[in-house]
Amino acid sequence: MKIIIDEDKCCGAGQCVLIAPEVFDQRDDDGIAVLLQAEPDAGQHDAVREAAAVCPGAAIELSD
Amino acid sequence: MTSPDSVLIVGASAAGLSTAEALRRHGYQGRLTLLDAGPHLPYDRPPLSKQVLAGAWEPARVQLRDPARLEALQAEFALDEPAVALDAAARAVTTGSGRVLRADALVIATGLTPCRLPGQDGLAGVHVLRTLDDALALRRDLTAGRRLVVVGEGVLGAEVAATARALGLDVTLAGMGRTPLGEQLGDVIGELLSRTHGERGVRLRLGVTVEELTGAGGQVTGVRLAGGELLAADVVVVAVGSRPATGWLEGSDLPGLPGLPGLTPGGGVACDSRCRAAEGIYAVGDVASWQHEGLGRRLRLENRTNATEQAQAVAANILGADRPYTPIPYFWTDQYDVKIQAHGLPSPAAELTVVDGDPEERRFTALYREGGRVTGVIGWNMPKQARVLRQQALGAQSLASA
Repeated sequence: MKIIIDEDKCCGAGQCVLIAPEVFDQRDDDGIAVLLQAEPDAGQHDAVREAAAVCPGAAIELSD
Repeated sequence: MTSPDSVLIVGASAAGLSTAEALRRHGYQGRLTLLDAGPHLPYDRPPLSKQVLAGAWEPARVQLRDPARLEALQAEFALDEPAVALDAAARAVTTGSGRVLRADALVIATGLTPCRLPGQDGLAGVHVLRTLDDALALRRDLTAGRRLVVVGEGVLGAEVAATARALGLDVTLAGMGRTPLGEQLGDVIGELLSRTHGERGVRLRLGVTVEELTGAGGQVTGVRLAGGELLAADVVVVAVGSRPATGWLEGSDLPGLPGLPGLTPGGGVACDSRCRAAEGIYAVGDVASWQHEGLGRRLRLENRTNATEQAQAVAANILGADRPYTPIPYFWTDQYDVKIQAHGLPSPAAELTVVDGDPEERRFTALYREGGRVTGVIGWNMPKQARVLRQQALGAQSLASA
């Protein structure tokens, strides 16, 4: 699984960090999501899919 | 309940689409139909008042999923097909073209209809903003016009004012509240927003009632306020709130569950804590009024985050889970270079305490407290810090994944 964040769409909600804190973080200055793992471990996949599903900016793109 | 063989989702916007995707993600393999009154495949609304209105994004950029993703969903999209009636016992929906669609499980995701002002219809230059087509029509008029009056000082009105001002229009923001977003976020934040808009050159006429729209030859010419002041305008945006788009259910026989009325007095679909409105019928997103077990009260949220979070609970419950939906509400708004994040239930009645940063420097987080309890968190240009504060003050639960 690969994750791409569309920074232009990210609204800084941090929902992804709440759901998958080992994979996502936010920049201190503007809150835009950043990846801690661009290709997360299998154990994280369900959480990452859920983070992408609930992202209010529709900013998380996944490819398998 | 066993897994249904067919699911019909009425409304193909963020909430409806997310419900469909969550069903598939959780292994649902049956028939899936999404019905929508509009002509477009699922698109996102928050950018309409910002990037789309500004012309910074091509309209195609608001599409929520590319064609390959929609294909993979293996769903039928019936577009330009407004639902006009429901037969709850048969779980059958009649559409404007006379089609009757039946399913084992039904999801109501019809969203909101903007409220309008008397005299608005038939007057060119007056706009509401809900759909992509609304946004593009408004953009055309903003490009040609010079003077904009926005009626309504809530999130949408304030965002439209900010976007139009950045486009160089002469902008007046008028509304009944004393400050922008004051009725949502309280007057401390509202005063800061008043200053922000004032500094950017937006004229504020707040705490006043709109008397009437004025026009000549079928074209709007202005907005008259109570007291007589006339705000001249080439374009007027009416952003005075919305109602749940449940008119199509009013003549129907939505029976509700024991103790549930079908529709609430405000027009929302009355649901239990599982987002269930009747046997096999669910509601999701802006239309759904449900019992929040954590708060012990009924809630209906008109925000983007709720659409996708509630969809997760609805999909799980359709597939036999018994999951209460207990989110921490969240919305954001972007105006000029200001990014506001609001978690929990901020209220004008609450006391606001700054936690980090400084309002005078326009970068801070703060807590809302009512009756000694923390009820909300706000961030002003501190999104990450607001989220961390939410986790500390409102609980770490990620309610969508509970």
